Amino acid sequence: MSKLKGGLSRRKVLKTAGAGLVTAGVAPSIFVRGAWAQEFCNNPTGDTVTLGFNMPLTGAYADEGADEQRAFELAVEHLNGGGDGGMLNTFSSKTATGNGILGKKVTYVTGDTATGSDAARDSARRMIERDGVIMLSGGSSSGVAIAVQGLCQERGVIFMAGLTHSNDTTGKDKKRYGFRHFFNAYQSGTALAPILGEQYGTQRRAYHLTSDYTWGWTQQESIKNATEALGWETVETVLTPVGAGDFSQYITPVLNSGADVLILNHYGFDMVNSLTQSVQFGLRDRQANGQDFQIVTPLVSDLMAQGAGDAMKGIYGTSNWDWQSPDEASQAFTKSFGAKFGQPPSQAAHTCYVQTLLYADAVERAGTFYPPEVIKALEGFEFDGMGNGQTLYRAEDHQCLKRVHAVQGRENPQSNFDRLETVAVVERDVADFDASLFGGELGPYDAAAC
Amino acid sequence: MEAIFAQFLNGLDKGGAYALIALGLTLVFGTLGVVNFAHGALFMLGAFCAVTFRRLLTLEQVTVSETELTPWGSPLEIRVPYAEQWFGDFGQVLIDYSVPFSILLAIPVMLIIGVAMERGLIKHFYKRPHAEQILVTFGLAIVLQEVVRSFFGANPIPQPIPSSLVGAADVGSWLGMQANQVVYPWWRLVYLLFSVVVIGGVFAFLQFTTFGMVVRAGMADRETVGLLGINIDRRFTIMFGLAAILAGLAGVMYTPLLPPNFHLGMDFLVLSFVVVVVGGMGSLPGAVAAGFLLGIVQSFASMTEVKAIIPAIDQIIVYLIAVIVLLTRPRGLLGRRGVMEN
Amino acid sequence: MFFMNRRDILVFAGFTILVLTMPIWLTPTGAAYPALMQTFAIYGIMVIGFNILFGLTGYLSFGHAAFLGVGSYTAVWSFKLLTMNAIPALLFAVLLSGVFAVVIGYVSLRRSGIYFSILTLAFAQMCYSLAYSVLTPITNGETSLQLTLQDPRVIDLAFTERGSGLPVPNLFGLPMTGLTGFYFCAVILVLAFFLAQRITNSPFGMTLKGIKSNQNRMDYTGFNTRPYTLAAFVISGMYAGLAGGLLAVTDPLAGAERMQWTASGEIVLMTILGGAGTLFGPVIGAWLVKYAENIFSAFNESVLHNFFSFLPDGMEEPFVWVAALFVGEGWHLTLGLLFMIVVIFLPGGIMEGVRRIGTLFRRRPDTSDGSAVSAKQQPAE
Repeated sequence: MSKLKGGLSRRKVLKTAGAGLVTAGVAPSIFVRGAWAQEFCNNPTGDTVTLGFNMPLTGAYADEGADEQRAFELAVEHLNGGGDGGMLNTFSSKTATGNGILGKKVTYVTGDTATGSDAARDSARRMIERDGVIMLSGGSSSGVAIAVQGLCQERGVIFMAGLTHSNDTTGKDKKRYGFRHFFNAYQSGTALAPILGEQYGTQRRAYHLTSDYTWGWTQQESIKNATEALGWETVETVLTPVGAGDFSQYITPVLNSGADVLILNHYGFDMVNSLTQSVQFGLRDRQANGQDFQIVTPLVSDLMAQGAGDAMKGIYGTSNWDWQSPDEASQAFTKSFGAKFGQPPSQAAHTCYVQTLLYADAVERAGTFYPPEVIKALEGFEFDGMGNGQTLYRAEDHQCLKRVHAVQGRENPQSNFDRLETVAVVERDVADFDASLFGGELGPYDAAAC
Repeated sequence: MEAIFAQFLNGLDKGGAYALIALGLTLVFGTLGVVNFAHGALFMLGAFCAVTFRRLLTLEQVTVSETELTPWGSPLEIRVPYAEQWFGDFGQVLIDYSVPFSILLAIPVMLIIGVAMERGLIKHFYKRPHAEQILVTFGLAIVLQEVVRSFFGANPIPQPIPSSLVGAADVGSWLGMQANQVVYPWWRLVYLLFSVVVIGGVFAFLQFTTFGMVVRAGMADRETVGLLGINIDRRFTIMFGLAAILAGLAGVMYTPLLPPNFHLGMDFLVLSFVVVVVGGMGSLPGAVAAGFLLGIVQSFASMTEVKAIIPAIDQIIVYLIAVIVLLTRPRGLLGRRGVMEN
Repeated sequence: MFFMNRRDILVFAGFTILVLTMPIWLTPTGAAYPALMQTFAIYGIMVIGFNILFGLTGYLSFGHAAFLGVGSYTAVWSFKLLTMNAIPALLFAVLLSGVFAVVIGYVSLRRSGIYFSILTLAFAQMCYSLAYSVLTPITNGETSLQLTLQDPRVIDLAFTERGSGLPVPNLFGLPMTGLTGFYFCAVILVLAFFLAQRITNSPFGMTLKGIKSNQNRMDYTGFNTRPYTLAAFVISGMYAGLAGGLLAVTDPLAGAERMQWTASGEIVLMTILGGAGTLFGPVIGAWLVKYAENIFSAFNESVLHNFFSFLPDGMEEPFVWVAALFVGEGWHLTLGLLFMIVVIFLPGGIMEGVRRIGTLFRRRPDTSDGSAVSAKQQPAE
């Protein structure tokens, strides 16, 4: 059962209340901070350290959430010295010894974000206040990531974002306490545009169906810019609510719009539904403007490809990672994951697993759980052996720079997990972008005592 | 023009589902006077009949290979569905057509669920106020959906369209338009046809059988029919079962269009109530007409041209219509004078 | 408090003590952490308000979550534009949700019974859909409305420099986080309870109860009931707005999900569970539901295995399997069943149960009580 945590000690209550009363009426916004140099939110004092994993276990992105949960379980097992160690053996930084983090055994709690910001924030607060987690990770939606990241900044708890692809996560809404390993929509555009140009030519008219929230907006913008640079024309962009289910009313107008490419800025079950329904409407058998009609899914994962089945065949998209990558690290992770769960990991699982390891390593290198020091250890950190080649955690925006994959739906999959094939690996220097491109401010390092 | 026609088809298709659900809801209200918030859950249960049927058909014999490994390192499993082992090609056809075949499972299952619901719970609420009926059936809806969640998980479970019905029909060319101007998926056409046939069947049943006649008489004046020595209660129980079957069938056939999850019922519940209210509480033709009408209006409202004039109208049009109808003509479009008019 | 009778004063004092000592008596239950206690207080306010409408007049609204959402959005905007002080945020939240309640109430109250329920449901769904789509510039849609470093906050910034981090909502400098936040909500809950108590016992409250027992008769006696029901509707809408504002005060974020009709359904559930029409019942219901949502849902298989470990080997598994249906992810199932049981057997909710048990003990010798319970007791005497 749950236990009472530091945030509640009687002494601290009196202290906080007292401090507040003294300053009451003097200055409108006062921070309670700084008074405790090394006393910070959920400082692990026992012989265990608790991590919090906040995932969509229900809702439109529930599939990715389930896979993230597996990855976290595996990461914790590896950190505690169980299993075959997975990527700990290939990771360039050799701090982790399978002895927990700083000698403390790693335990974890989980929460359900229900694929929504409100619920995610609730469950994150629960984990910070009730379960006393020192770090939060997970999530499969940028809306959720941004909401939770804001909370983490307030509470002084580090957030290692799971799957979030919006430019805003490490752009407009970036936070000092938030870190993203996953790539972003802009990089998808960079990776995808050359292939689209090569395959479909430069005389194309595109129609966008877009999830109506931060990720959808930025992906639409990035893909639109990238394709328009090729010479494509954008006919129409339509926003669809998350979890719409039946997309037929949005697909019907595509037929007679004069477009010859449909770009689906959807994710999770939304994309599974919109893609299969588009195929049901015969879009892929169509001719428009004298060319074959095409569908593009800029961000795609194995799980969605499984859900969409044959509808996925031949369709181009991008991924953060592919379990079939030949490098040693990817293979070690895939093997260890496959042995435990009987299926290969998805890109969501990969990014969550890596983020957990990176956090543990940063704490080891900092020699303390004190968040400002851990943050400094992560900022500007160069590493290798995590499945994406040489990688940099950029200090300016907390975005990982690494290679990304352009993928295509396989025509003849060998198994249900073999539905995507990497057609091009876009190297880090190509996928790089200016850190100031998407604005935002990181905010202060100060650790709040919650 | 083509765009309008395509949206019209879309509206008919949506309307088919709405009408089927609303018809059941109205039957229950008209005969039993019960406001059933668990009706959406019946739709969801129907959809899960299709899921269960397919699960049964695709039960697999799993043999673990001694030597071979999968690319991700676990032992290779060879899976063969029992249905294929036992019935050969016919088994494959059975699996392929699992959705339409699951109607055979859904009819008895839904009938039992419906009758059990009426006898076990609803009948105790005939004399209690509408508010309490809403509450108890709302509770039942939660219970049903959670039971489904605990057995099938929270994720939607896609059901395939039979392979011969995949793809789209060139509806435009049937009507003498240019080829490929108006195409519409075969399965959605099947759904539309199915709903029309079922609705027709229900009306014929009520119109041309003695049973139906008694039920109609009971809807008009329950007490008099009872005084004539006819056991109206038993007939009404069967009507509840029939309503459950209608909702269930609508759910079964809908699965290839929208992968069902445990929450499907709640998603459709509000909408189906709106349909019933717009059509007129207790009016069967009203429910059908309002179902198709709202489907079509909703489809048109989501056209880009319309949204350019009134943004987001597609999101609220249904509720807006409900509000307007309730305020100006509370008995609904085809409701009888005097029924629930306050 | 000379105008209150002794019983009222006792109830009010008891309630106040109960709420303010929450951090102490909740400790053994594992629920004594600020976020959950804040939720207890906030949803307590919400259902007290809902009860003024449903409990007193009998009008069942399925759209009250909309006012909660309006309150939250207003409060966050007040933080963004004006000041991080909680007071103006709450004032605006209450006012704006009151305006919404006037409009929606005026239209919806033209009908009663199930039509009223469906009208409120339709309005709430419209609010939700609009917040989610076309009103995105105001509500930030699915992404949900949050504070940013660049917010104007004109009043605050006129007095102080912009800090380097995100500010927290405060009460004249006292930050509204953790236990301080809870006590702030708790005090407001106590005030809300007091107000509701006054309303219930006032002539206005009596009129509302009259409407519940027979609106037609009230109408026939030439009494215009509409202004009374509308007033009840608006007051309860403002309570909901206050609760929404407090949600934003304790956690400055507003998402559209909290306006969905299922959220309204949950409020109905809480009220009925505790006992509609009583002052205290709905609050108990709200606490129970929120407790289940936060604590009950955290029970997982390993906890159950520990719990049933006394059983022999073969027995443990089935017990765990059955119990797992009802806890953890399955807590909704327990809630649904509990709710059905209450509606079927105890229409007065938990409060009626308490009362029945009370009479059972108190009136044992009194045989004049015709209830089934005491009838059964008779032969034993």
